Amino acid sequence: MNTMIVNREKITVPPAWEKRTLLDFLREYLHLTGNKNGCGIGVCGACTVLVDEVPRRSCITKVETVLGKQVLTIEGMEQNDGSLHPLQQAFLDAGAVQCGFCTPGMVLTSHALLLRNPNPTEEEVKQALKGNLCRCTGYVQIFDAVMKGAEFYRKKEGKTDE
Amino acid sequence: MSKAWRNDGYAKVTGKARYTDDLLCMDVLHCVPVYTDFVHAKLHHIHTGKAEKMAGVKRVITHKDILGTAWFGQIFQDYFMLATDTIRCNGDVVALVVAASRQEAIAAAKAVEVVAEELPALTNPLEALDADAILVHQSKGSNLINHHKIRRGAPTAAWQECDTILERDYETAPVEHAYLEPEAALCIPRDDGVMEVHGSMQHPFSTRRFVAAILGTTLANVEVITNPMGGGFGGKDDTAAIVCARAALAAHLCGKPVKITYTREWSMRESYKRHPYHLHYKIGLKGTKIHAVECRIIADGGAYTSVTPWVTWRSTVQCCGVYTVPHVHADVYGVHTNNVFTGAFRGFGSPQVNFAVEQWIDECAAAVKMDPVRFREANMLRQNSVTITNQRLDSHIVSTAQVLDAVVSESDFANKVSACSYGKGEKLYGIGLALVYRGCSLGAEGMDFCSAIINAQFDGSILLDVGIHENGQGAESAMILLLEKHLGVTRERVRYNRPSTSHIPDGGTTVASRGTLMGGGAVMNAIRRLKEIIATALHAENGCAKEDVSFHDDRIWFGADSLSWEEAMKQMYLARTYPFAFGSFAAPRVSWNEETGEGDAYFSYVYSCQAVDLEIDAKTKNVKLLHVWAAHDIGSAVNPQMLKGQIYGGIMQGAGMALWEDLHQQAGCIQAKNFHTYRIPRTTDVPKIHISIIENDDPTSPSGAKGIGEPALELIAPAIANAVYRATGKRINSYPIQPKLKGMTL
Ligand code: FES
Ligand code: FES
Repeated sequence: MNTMIVNREKITVPPAWEKRTLLDFLREYLHLTGNKNGCGIGVCGACTVLVDEVPRRSCITKVETVLGKQVLTIEGMEQNDGSLHPLQQAFLDAGAVQCGFCTPGMVLTSHALLLRNPNPTEEEVKQALKGNLCRCTGYVQIFDAVMKGAEFYRKKEGKTDE
Repeated sequence: MSKAWRNDGYAKVTGKARYTDDLLCMDVLHCVPVYTDFVHAKLHHIHTGKAEKMAGVKRVITHKDILGTAWFGQIFQDYFMLATDTIRCNGDVVALVVAASRQEAIAAAKAVEVVAEELPALTNPLEALDADAILVHQSKGSNLINHHKIRRGAPTAAWQECDTILERDYETAPVEHAYLEPEAALCIPRDDGVMEVHGSMQHPFSTRRFVAAILGTTLANVEVITNPMGGGFGGKDDTAAIVCARAALAAHLCGKPVKITYTREWSMRESYKRHPYHLHYKIGLKGTKIHAVECRIIADGGAYTSVTPWVTWRSTVQCCGVYTVPHVHADVYGVHTNNVFTGAFRGFGSPQVNFAVEQWIDECAAAVKMDPVRFREANMLRQNSVTITNQRLDSHIVSTAQVLDAVVSESDFANKVSACSYGKGEKLYGIGLALVYRGCSLGAEGMDFCSAIINAQFDGSILLDVGIHENGQGAESAMILLLEKHLGVTRERVRYNRPSTSHIPDGGTTVASRGTLMGGGAVMNAIRRLKEIIATALHAENGCAKEDVSFHDDRIWFGADSLSWEEAMKQMYLARTYPFAFGSFAAPRVSWNEETGEGDAYFSYVYSCQAVDLEIDAKTKNVKLLHVWAAHDIGSAVNPQMLKGQIYGGIMQGAGMALWEDLHQQAGCIQAKNFHTYRIPRTTDVPKIHISIIENDDPTSPSGAKGIGEPALELIAPAIANAVYRATGKRINSYPIQPKLKGMTL
């Protein structure tokens, strides 16, 4: 099996890429440049993508380990009609974006948290985002964004319960 | 709470924003730098043969290939873009390898052989001025970069009049900017003969000068285009410009587009840092008044000058904090060493002196048994006070009392001080504060003017160009909001032109928190001119006097009647008059006497106060920040949410510097190579932050705004140090504080 699903689309991985990092594969082969390289050693979180809804540092993840799995990058967060995902909108409204280099990783890590736990405490948000560094914002407005964005996940959950 | 807005927000939350390394270019070549293990060495040979024969390699470039000059710098041209005959620090680059792929270039870089003779290195700045010191630049004959002075009153005699005298030493560490995006450049040799430069840099005009210099061409033959940039904080000036220049050289020599993208390791190794300082202060009090101050400050500039003279100049002007001192004798030296060089960093010479001053102020208060707040009140500058540079503060509102009161009452400072532990207990509690002021913009430091172009189109849409740079702080959005407020148009109508050095005059560097102030001044001026042009052209046709033309609610009004912008701009074009205005703003004149240190150093000042409380575990000695209270007078707030973002971000950067950030520099080599060993603040470090924004419109700023980027960062370190003292009973006179605490018995 040499395929994976990236943003809901089936992708065939050429053999030469299997030993490369997922980050390079996404950026250089698929030209999905939304996720960034801030450290290359798994510490800053700028390269975070979701693999089967779990945050993974794509800079230290080998392509071969995600074959057959579902990968979500920031490019896949947008709604089908091109409008922003409510969590992305919350990041904008809260002023959680400055240089924006950490933003894709922040949004995806928060998304994974809220899928798991749509009602987090601020402490839980801090713990979930502990591995995502941001040098610009001082994080405060990022916490605000996640708390605000959580409303959408709660509503969605409420609907499935009905 | 009002919603934040920024023009680049959508692109940034969707991952569509293309930072330099995200730019795709079909036939691009990849270039990487070659470093050596040396700190100081005579360079004999660079053997490139082996590397040249490796797979994919197109070319190996050394200084011999430079078409223009290898030497460059903003103030002194003592920095080589590729090493010529000497290696002066561990970050020096001796060659560039260009290959078809990045992997191939990195592999070949290891095959470049350098023959050099190691020289003894100077790494202690305190030895730099010794008569027998190792010289970093032989040709300069000395390691002195600059010496700024203040000679005020008669300090020698004044000591006799003092009844309390304190002497203290402080030391500050070099600090990494740690912008999340490492340096990158993409240079494209264009068919019209222009070298097109895209880069992660915060000073496109300076970058253009570096590129033109290395290529030996004119400024007009280089076009630097701005892309989204992943953070700068002052750190993407020289090094980032040089990365662009090297890419341009490679692109020129290979005749193809060339990209350089730094790894975090290269970035931390080569890029300049915040200046480490050694500060010695002697303070004399007469009763409860500061009577005399003597200080000697040594700033380690590292191997190259960069902006050391300017950084240390600000330290000089602000060396006694926001206080009245009748007698001052200050000597501030910038010196060379073989350490990695130092340069601009948010704060620009103020965090170091503030760290010292705001600690000794607390100690002086204690020495005369006075409450630290009352002591500050007794000594601080107020309206019409005269600063240590003999500048009377009468051009703007001096809001020291306002910011101090806000923080003292919001934090319930008095009660919290009485709850401090002073070393007793398991969980040690402490609170501290700091009060500072800061000169706006560049002051006598540099070229200080800026321009803006408003170009309304036939269909009523508007193009805006401003000679400042978006560093991620929201400068572009702030400029658009000025149009919304003062030209009365909706923000949707305005398109901020992606800046290019070929489209607008050199606006200087977007440092020193000058973006909003200077860019805003230029935009305000352009708005005034555009209104005049439109009113003159259209008033008669629309049946009103010129004075009755007004601009609001997204329409242009002629008395009680109005036209949409679409209609009005059509009329303009039919009247054959361009709705096009060029505006500029020059900072008011400042003055400075190098010998006496007298002058109107800055045309205006901002005032800030911050308090912090924290808890220290007596066993682990871990510091946990609990709350920060911050009050800032920022003139007028253009974009309130973004302003808060600057304050939060500045506080956390300052907290990182104060507590944790340590490059572990040893013998000229930086040991912290990436974020696993260089610890910047994380989410779990963030305290509750309370912000009070104070708005006193500044008559010297056309938009009323004064800037916040740097004030937010420059005073949390001494506030933390003061809180650590009240928690532990111990003074820590150097940062980062956390490692020092670990080594102490509490
Ligand atoms: S780039 Fe992957 S964690 Fe930093
Ligand atoms: S917004 Fe710049 S690193 Fe987070």
